[in-house]
Amino acid sequence: MSAPGVPAAEEAGAVVRAVLDDLPRHRGVVVDSPPGAGKSTLVVRAAGHLAATGEPLMIIAQTNEQVDDLIVRLAAEQPGLAIGRLSAGDYSAPPRVAGKAAIASKLPDLGEPAVVLATADKWAWAAGGRTWPWAIVDEAYQMRSDKLLRIAGMFERALFVGDPGQLDPFSVVDGERWAGLSWDPLQSAVAVLLRHNPGLPVHRLPVSWRLPASAAPVVSAAFYPFTGFRAGTGPGERRLRFTAGGMRTAYDRALEEAAASGWALYELPERHTVRTDADAVRAVAVLATRLLQLAPVALSERGEHAVGPERVAIGAAHRDQVAAILAAGVPPGVTVDTANRLQGREYDVTIVLHPLSGRRDATAFHLESGRLCVLTSRHRHACVVVARAGIPELLDAHPTAGGVQLNVPVRFPDGWEANQAVLAHLAEHRVAAAPLS
Amino acid sequence: MDRLDTLRGPVPPRPHDARAIAALAANPGCERRAVLDAAGVDKDATAAHLGFPAPFGQSAFAITRGNAFEALVKENGCAELLRLLRDLLGLPVESAGYTDLGDMAGDPPAHRRHEHTRRLIDRSAAEADDDGTLYDHPLLRLEIAGHTAYLEPDVVAFRLGGAFHVVEVKSFAVVDGQAEPEKVAAAARQAAVYVLALRTMLEELGHDPLRVSHEIVLVCPENFANRPVATLVDVRRELAVLRRQLARMTRVGRIVDALPPGLTFDLAPGPDGAPARPVAELRDAVRRVDARYAPECLSTCDLCFFCRDEAAGRGSTELLGRQVRDALGGVATVDEALGLADGSIAPGEGQEEIARLLRLAGRVYAEAG
Amino acid sequence: MSTLAALARLRAVRTGTAQRLATVRHCHLSDRPMVLIPLRMAGEAAAPLAVMAGTDPARPRLLVVPQPRDRDLRFGFAAELAGVLLPYIEGMQKATETVERRGAEPYERSVDAPQIIVPNAGSAAFVRMLGRSTRFRRAEGPYAVHPSVPTLGRWLTYLGQRAQHPGSSLLLAATEALSLHWATGQSRLEDANLASLVGWIDPPAGMSGAQAAREAEDPLVWPPAGPATDPGFDNEVLAPAIRAYEETRSERAAARVREAVRSQLDPVWRLVWRAVGLLEALPAAPGVASRWEADRGSFSAFAAQLAEGAPPQPKRDGAVGAASRLARMERARSSYDAQRAYDDALVMAEYRLTGEAFAGTVVAAEPDRAEGEGRGRKLRPLVTVRTGDPVRVAPGTRLGTPQRRGQQAEVVSVAGGEVTLKIVKGMGRGASATPGAVPEVGEPVCYAALLEEFQPPPALPAPEDTPWTHGGPPPENPPEAESSEEEWS
Repeated sequence: MSAPGVPAAEEAGAVVRAVLDDLPRHRGVVVDSPPGAGKSTLVVRAAGHLAATGEPLMIIAQTNEQVDDLIVRLAAEQPGLAIGRLSAGDYSAPPRVAGKAAIASKLPDLGEPAVVLATADKWAWAAGGRTWPWAIVDEAYQMRSDKLLRIAGMFERALFVGDPGQLDPFSVVDGERWAGLSWDPLQSAVAVLLRHNPGLPVHRLPVSWRLPASAAPVVSAAFYPFTGFRAGTGPGERRLRFTAGGMRTAYDRALEEAAASGWALYELPERHTVRTDADAVRAVAVLATRLLQLAPVALSERGEHAVGPERVAIGAAHRDQVAAILAAGVPPGVTVDTANRLQGREYDVTIVLHPLSGRRDATAFHLESGRLCVLTSRHRHACVVVARAGIPELLDAHPTAGGVQLNVPVRFPDGWEANQAVLAHLAEHRVAAAPLS
Repeated sequence: MDRLDTLRGPVPPRPHDARAIAALAANPGCERRAVLDAAGVDKDATAAHLGFPAPFGQSAFAITRGNAFEALVKENGCAELLRLLRDLLGLPVESAGYTDLGDMAGDPPAHRRHEHTRRLIDRSAAEADDDGTLYDHPLLRLEIAGHTAYLEPDVVAFRLGGAFHVVEVKSFAVVDGQAEPEKVAAAARQAAVYVLALRTMLEELGHDPLRVSHEIVLVCPENFANRPVATLVDVRRELAVLRRQLARMTRVGRIVDALPPGLTFDLAPGPDGAPARPVAELRDAVRRVDARYAPECLSTCDLCFFCRDEAAGRGSTELLGRQVRDALGGVATVDEALGLADGSIAPGEGQEEIARLLRLAGRVYAEAG
Repeated sequence: MSTLAALARLRAVRTGTAQRLATVRHCHLSDRPMVLIPLRMAGEAAAPLAVMAGTDPARPRLLVVPQPRDRDLRFGFAAELAGVLLPYIEGMQKATETVERRGAEPYERSVDAPQIIVPNAGSAAFVRMLGRSTRFRRAEGPYAVHPSVPTLGRWLTYLGQRAQHPGSSLLLAATEALSLHWATGQSRLEDANLASLVGWIDPPAGMSGAQAAREAEDPLVWPPAGPATDPGFDNEVLAPAIRAYEETRSERAAARVREAVRSQLDPVWRLVWRAVGLLEALPAAPGVASRWEADRGSFSAFAAQLAEGAPPQPKRDGAVGAASRLARMERARSSYDAQRAYDDALVMAEYRLTGEAFAGTVVAAEPDRAEGEGRGRKLRPLVTVRTGDPVRVAPGTRLGTPQRRGQQAEVVSVAGGEVTLKIVKGMGRGASATPGAVPEVGEPVCYAALLEEFQPPPALPAPEDTPWTHGGPPPENPPEAESSEEEWS
């Protein structure tokens, strides 16, 4: 929990120092990082810190995009550091990476850079007897433990960084036969690491620099009930205002509510619908359009800037919903994607189609707390949730009938509780949809 | 709560045991079940009288096996259980004791047995003594919608450091560390009821309720032998669900208030011992309260065949399962869905989407089949 | 549940009979399958009560344990079961073919393999449990058993585990195989009752599927297909018969138990063969042969391990074993899903409904279009397809097509009911496309975001090199040794 009275930067800095101090003392160090708590900053700092010892370092991320993002940050914040990037044969480097790293598909072709980055999959192909004194594993909670098994022999010590509140890894096959095993391949890399090495230190980054003061307490209480974190900025330090005149439509009122309070629930009348609920899809698209028409300007500790489409994202649970939203007409440049693919991303304003909207029954998929956590924690300023009325009743009627496997640690928070907590908060920012003509 | 008594009729309420309380979460959206349970109506007898007897029987082999296993675990003052708990919880080897709370003169009524349990647990919670003790045959109490339910957990263990653990003895096997997930879940839900009852009691006695651990001890036969094995099971989720459902029970009042006055599910026996109530009358009464049938009811609710038949009579899409129902986006009947699919029914407001999907499915099915 | 499957169930309700979910059969059916119906003693994890088994519908073999709690009788039963099953399995190993491999030694593969058909998923799980309870036994030392018992245990374990491998047909559960091909007018939960499921698909004359299914729920008409028996039967028939045997240990009392059990198994025996007949009537999908070939390869490899004296399968997978099995299963899953869709227009229809596939007609084609210059010049034909399907594939997505297996196309654009594709693989390496490789204007085509490509997974460490993150190397002698003395009471 946050220490009252201590400035956020100081508190976060103390954790980072403690992490760096622990690195040489333990074989593994785990850092839990809630949304926007400076995970990448930590990775970049730790990389610089380890590179300064003169020993080579490998960095493992989960997707090519994450690798590229890290290269850009490393190059900017650790100038002079020789960076290598391992990649698959058909990878073409995006312009932002150009000139910042040596790129090759085989290790020997990279020369001797201080830091080599690659995805976990690529590292698994690169195994060739070489052992690295240090590794940093990024997004380690989204990494399946079987991937870690393939590469853990390559390093002696490692820093594992990730967000425990986001979506768990999954598989298309039924993994019941491995349930309860300490090395269950379907568990996350961190879960398996800590079960075999319970003594490793686990640090927590205590401050979200992304989430505004209006969101951090809500997300913290719903999804990180035992650890918690706080916002790096105080109430009123982040502001969103519209420079074009609004109308008194329900859409605009919802957007104004979000601008003023950080949250809005745009509530459609209760109805059971198919997943691609046309009304909800249209509402999401119109909200995105209206938002940009209102010419929003964001004011924050970074100064003032106009919020363009590249700073706006729309999130949904299913791919067909994403397709339907795109088909409904979204301003060019606005990101529309599923929760899985929005993990680790940051925007000024997000519009979310609630995973339970219009459903008659909730499934484990829709109740997974990580899904709602990702969707409601991508924004720096405001989040607008679109949903049919009736979700509290749906949750109330939800049967609990699932099986329990022995020796499988219970995952917290419970999706049901997390959903209720978020809804309870959203109810204070409800704007009823205008009757449809 | 006299309204509930009217609903039940002049028979004693069916006592809630832990299994029945745990089952509250099986289909909380079902008003019929909520009302019948709150009123303490015997659903099994109701189903039988309606001509739809419940499909649940228990094999004598399973009962014998269960009893034999429990006897084995508990013989010689729970000697076998003590051995397991020593390993699992670190009970002190020599000093662990055994107290049979059911060891009372005569055949005292439940409230007296409960008082006895309460007294001894109070003393044990207050003592600074570190000795581990097993309490056999405790009798706990929980208030359910205004009625007192008495509950008998298998064993309660009290150990070094002042924590109480509920022990649940089950006769399904743990093979190589795994057991059937549905059976473990049922045991966890049941044990959560005991944890809650024990916590409530400690709180009433002025002790810290959290001294009752959320980890229960599940004792099962290991592999293919009779030798027991103990596993800790975290029941925090089950506790949260249970609290929610108990809070909900008090809201049953709202449903009951909306029912016609004088409505009753009275099953009072006639001279021949069978319920005197005409079947048609009972059927009409039961139908006054909405059910929310789902195929999962077939394994959890005594009334399942009755409700299934009722849903079939309506041509309800509920018959096909929750997933189909959700895929149909709220279309309630088979006729309506097929009508939308073949275009013979014009979609109502909000049905355009599902109608389009169903027509597309019809076209693609015809092209491919 | 897809809208298509939902619609099929609705139609089943309306018509009173099951509706097809597949136009072809997606599982292999042997010329000589062995039907095996195991029953378990209620309340026990792995106490067999009986098995009815055989390859001839007219001649079932019935094996019964007159007192399932008696350990010696159980092992006697296991030896008897081995006497039925092992000759069948070993018979399949006799005829082999030599398989040449690139970069590896050729190996011998059986030309046929055993196929065990059990009534339902519970029976398949019980087969695994029987394998677990017998494979660690020993033929010498204390509690010695017949030498065939541990061998039986290893085969049952192998077959039970292989049943979890996507697309395998070595051990089939009849309910699962039927549900893959038909939708009934009831829920999936009720489909787990074989009698009820078969009732929907093939009702007796004069009865609707719905009526047949309802009748099938009466345990007096249709005893459960196992492995659990009907509690009413247990209490009223079986318990007294076993008690009588317990008291007298006579042949007559044993025969009484036997006849009681037979009354439960005979109807199920006929039912499973009816299920086999229903599946047989469907033509096999093209992909079935290659999956069966994989089954045969796996079967031969296991038979070879057994012949070389490999130890019994471990109780649980180790870290490396688990990861490697997961990788195999995931690969099999995606290739099985893709093959079924490419083999069967009805399976593909599900993907068309979700927008992951589409069917239509070619309206434009540029078969000789190329990208790049000189040595970097690549043939990249363009094809535009008009479709009425709700296409939901993003530009850049790789697609395959059932019309030209092995070909791959990349989505260029989707607009106004027209999809433009760029063929990137499988159109020939020359300056112009192989004749017929690029669909012509007017041709009906289908494309799907499902690839059959085989991507081998990266290597895993050897088990003895299990890293510290996963518990380090496993102990040299796992505690399996003591298992041979484990009780089975």
